[in-house]
Amino acid sequence: MWDYLVDRRGLIAFQAFQHVSLVVQCVLLATVIAIGLAVLAYRSAKVTGLANGVSAVGLTIPSFALLGILLAPFGFGITPAVIAVTFYATLPILRNAVVGLAGVDRSLVESARGIGMSRLATLRRVELPLAWPVILAGIRVSTQMVMGIAAIAAYVLGPGLGSFIFSGLSRLGGANALNATLVGTIAIVLLALVLDLVLVLVGRLTTSRGIRV
Amino acid sequence: MSDTIAASTGDTTQPPAGNERRISGVSIRLEGVTKRYSGQGKPAVDAVDLDIPAGQMVMFVGPSGCGKTTLLKMLNRLVEPTSGKIFLGDEDVTGQDPDQLRRRIGYVIQAGGLFPHMTVATNIGLVPGMLKWDKQRISDRVDELLELVGLDPEVYRDRYPRELSGGQQQRVGVARALAADPPVLLMDEPFGAVDPITRQRLQDELIRIQEELGKTIVFVTHDFDEAVKLGDRIVVFDVGARVVQYDTPEAILADPAEEYVADFVGAGATLKQLTLTRVSDVELIHPQVTRAGADAAEVVRQATAAGEKYVVVTDRRGRPISWPSVAELSRVATVPDTVDEKLPVVGLRSTLNDALDTMLAASQGGVVVTGRGGVAGVMVVETVMAAIQRTREEVQG
Repeated sequence: MWDYLVDRRGLIAFQAFQHVSLVVQCVLLATVIAIGLAVLAYRSAKVTGLANGVSAVGLTIPSFALLGILLAPFGFGITPAVIAVTFYATLPILRNAVVGLAGVDRSLVESARGIGMSRLATLRRVELPLAWPVILAGIRVSTQMVMGIAAIAAYVLGPGLGSFIFSGLSRLGGANALNATLVGTIAIVLLALVLDLVLVLVGRLTTSRGIRV
Repeated sequence: MSDTIAASTGDTTQPPAGNERRISGVSIRLEGVTKRYSGQGKPAVDAVDLDIPAGQMVMFVGPSGCGKTTLLKMLNRLVEPTSGKIFLGDEDVTGQDPDQLRRRIGYVIQAGGLFPHMTVATNIGLVPGMLKWDKQRISDRVDELLELVGLDPEVYRDRYPRELSGGQQQRVGVARALAADPPVLLMDEPFGAVDPITRQRLQDELIRIQEELGKTIVFVTHDFDEAVKLGDRIVVFDVGARVVQYDTPEAILADPAEEYVADFVGAGATLKQLTLTRVSDVELIHPQVTRAGADAAEVVRQATAAGEKYVVVTDRRGRPISWPSVAELSRVATVPDTVDEKLPVVGLRSTLNDALDTMLAASQGGVVVTGRGGVAGVMVVETVMAAIQRTREEVQG
């Protein structure tokens, strides 16, 4: 095991970087998409229900199946991986963003409008900052979840640590097969913990002291 | 005084003298203002005409659901009128951009409506920021306003709303509404969520601020006592924001226009006269006043010579801190600087009602009255009783 690690430290580091890079970029993209959708949705009870329904049902689609479907139009490579990971990352953030925005005290929104803030300024300066802790909680859930889903993206030859797991599993019993699978899995778990810590830190830095719990 | 206020009155050095009040507000005129919500038969606000003179505090009172809040919100177009016209001064603002309009109208809601993720200074500086004032001017203005509402800028500037008491939040809410020196202030049941003693203090402060600034204030309340205490004029509304009576508090109490108003004013109308009488209208007694740290024997000698039983002790800035008896003082060498937290204090502009409340809350038979230059005197409970007796006799005879 140790020898395996030392021999392939370059490749492991590269794939770990690729994995984190895929996850971070997809989560960022998902955050933008989710907040955008939430802003459109949260003021109508109907659309809010729809958004919550979609995010609940969406999460039940097996990632393996979704990747398989995406293979047809996009072929192998990064594109289907990015689409699938972003799709799953969007769902929890969307749900939290809708809940967070809807949870902002209406009297504060009216107060903001009452002192002359435009609709957009109210959203940017009052509603989003107040909903931010809830949105960030969604981002943390998403990040943890798509660390695993990104591994499965290796099935469509996407980048990342999943390639160790899949190559290990396909040659089970062969030399280093178990080592490869274990390295892939443990590295993903460790990286997920590190990313979560980073997000906690981001939360401390981006949440106003006035609303921190 | 801020340069903007000075500019609007053309007067930089003279404080308001005598009865001549400084007025920085503009008049408000409503013409046939109506709000009709779709799916409802009767309009929520039905063709209201109203003239609010510049520099006056006008109270909207009425039962809940009568449309008084809707009417208020049409003044800054948080609610768009279905028809009718609204004038600020001579300017028809009905078609103006609402965001621009609101930056010229202060707005205070219950609990201040402060943004919890912003510091006190940021909250107050929001409107000046939107009006593109430079940073230094905003920060000077924030400090000035905190002083105005009785909060030390050094202490409170960088606090968050949750680090303030309810009363302090409300003060900051008023400061924020005054930030860009708007001529008009709208207040929507601002003191509804604080305890009675705090509410009374906030009301006194508002009276003081209004005397200093002379804004046009429209104030919605369901508390008729509050309306009588604060209002230059009171509008009593019935359903559909029908104006039942629009007059001075004295006139409404003395001569309710309809049965409806009489009911609303309540059976205790003679006692309500207590909210019309200010502490400054009655006779105060003037006991010995001394600073903490003075020679106790000398103070005792003077007080005994004057036949006083109690002495009012002030701190270095002349604020009353305690009210010891001559007997207590004769046991010590110097006048102590201990602060009596329960010392009953009211301002000259407080009503007799407030003064009586304060006495009862402190279980004291009198209350220290403060004015601009420190202690103005002491009012005793007998004075209140005499005032009640007098109004009774007036009503009966």
